[in-house]
Amino acid sequence: MSDTTLYPAARFRAATQETPLTRRILIAIAVGGLGILVAAPLVVVFAEALASGWAAAVNSLSNRDARSAIRLTLLIAAIVVPLNAAFGIAAAWFVTKFDFRGKAFLITLIDLPFSVSPVVAGLCIVLMFGANSLVGGWLVAQGMPIVFALPGIVLATLFVTFPFVARELIPVMIEQGRAEEEAALTLGASGWRVFLTVTLPNIRWALLYGVLLCKARAMGEFGAVAVVSGKIRGQTATMPITIEMLYNEYLSVAAFSMAALLTLLAVVTLLLRGALELRHADQLAARPHR
Amino acid sequence: MGRPLIHRSPMPGLGLSMGITLTMLSIVVLLPIGALFMQGASYGPGNIWATVNRERVWAALLLSFRLSLLAALFNLVFGVLLAWVLVRYRFPGRRVMDAAVDLPFALPTAVAGIALTALYAPNGAFGALAAEIGWRIAYTQWGILIALVFVGLPFVTRTVQPVVEEIEREVEEASATLGASRIYTLRHVVLPMLMPAALTGFALALARAVGEYGSVIFIAGNIPLVTEIAPLLIVIQLEEFNHDAAAAIGIAMLLISFAMLLAINLIQVWSRRRIGDV
Repeated sequence: MSDTTLYPAARFRAATQETPLTRRILIAIAVGGLGILVAAPLVVVFAEALASGWAAAVNSLSNRDARSAIRLTLLIAAIVVPLNAAFGIAAAWFVTKFDFRGKAFLITLIDLPFSVSPVVAGLCIVLMFGANSLVGGWLVAQGMPIVFALPGIVLATLFVTFPFVARELIPVMIEQGRAEEEAALTLGASGWRVFLTVTLPNIRWALLYGVLLCKARAMGEFGAVAVVSGKIRGQTATMPITIEMLYNEYLSVAAFSMAALLTLLAVVTLLLRGALELRHADQLAARPHR
Repeated sequence: MGRPLIHRSPMPGLGLSMGITLTMLSIVVLLPIGALFMQGASYGPGNIWATVNRERVWAALLLSFRLSLLAALFNLVFGVLLAWVLVRYRFPGRRVMDAAVDLPFALPTAVAGIALTALYAPNGAFGALAAEIGWRIAYTQWGILIALVFVGLPFVTRTVQPVVEEIEREVEEASATLGASRIYTLRHVVLPMLMPAALTGFALALARAVGEYGSVIFIAGNIPLVTEIAPLLIVIQLEEFNHDAAAAIGIAMLLISFAMLLAINLIQVWSRRRIGDV
């Protein structure tokens, strides 16, 4: 950044700068736009949650259905995130450590869930594992229903979060190359030892970054889960589904209190992300993503 | 082609990593998408067309794609402006703004949906202001547009930001020394460099908006033919256990979004070729 930008009101204007007036107008548009589009909804969530005071908000979160929704959402994140991380590491290792035909196609397939509507994702899970399908019918007969039960919600969430970790790891591992691993192998290290002592320390921040994004999405997913969950109160209603049910019953304080919980989670995620980007920018995939 | 399918490599873990990758990809993504097309195949192309070719479905598809396009266009302009301001200017609160750009990614869509509805409903903070001039936002197409702008906001900014960071000042200086005005330089030197990245962000925002459900259904009002989006039609068909019709609309949506992404990719290739890769 050239140092001339440090003096916004300098009388001298470099030829590569906009006039102070233009600059102020552009900043005002940016600040105003973000304020209206992003800050205002954020404020509203908390204002509506606390509309009847703290006690009402806390109270609405402590009944049985609310607690069950929170527990279910945490459980889903606890299942989906490790699976997604394992897939992301395996896929990144496969794609970056080996040369094979169709690599670009494979990466396209991994990215595919980003261009599929969450509702269509849920629909696909229903058609694959629903009671009317071949696989689903058999599983129901075995006493293991997938759709309208926990496994369906997990599968739908896995679908929409599928590329998160792999997409963070692949660019980082391409950049780091294979030389360090090859050196460790020639020195006689086993495959697992190479991974744990050479690769993992190099990718840990990128991995954490991907896990963070995956977790936020897993806990907040609505469209795909709405299709497969069946919305059974106390059983298959996740936090976002519960928000919808409460809102449709005009229980505004309860709906926004639960929304405020998820909003806090989103803000914490962003803060952690910001800290990661500030301290370990060199070990993360260059933006952009998604 | 004499090239082997997989090159021999001293790296360990080929079987394990390939196994996990392909197994999970198949179970989670490929087989379910395959199931969608199987359902479509057994329903038959004629029936799919008959399902899609109804006034209510056309209206929903058109609405989804039209408003998504408008929202993505708004985000294209605002996103480039935001990226420029965040990278080039120094002002108090810049870091907070930079972090806030990502909020629509991190905030669950259902939360965004009810928050936007509370804001823009006739008794909400912005909704009441608009009502004074007789403008209804929530429960009209304006409301849907605002929700789609919200979810697509970060894409263009995040793809353009790194490009702005990498622009060499020398290029702008050269343009200035040759007598170009600042506006001319921005229009003919800077903007073309940002275009490919901006189009990538535009495509991502568009794809996201077309499939968006959670943030839209609360604010939309969901009146058939007027404010009913395509993903909602799928949900309605599923609630009636009409899997064939749901699959038909799902396939139509998938095909249209793939066609759109393809078209945008072609535009991108064309614009890269025209102004060179930057």
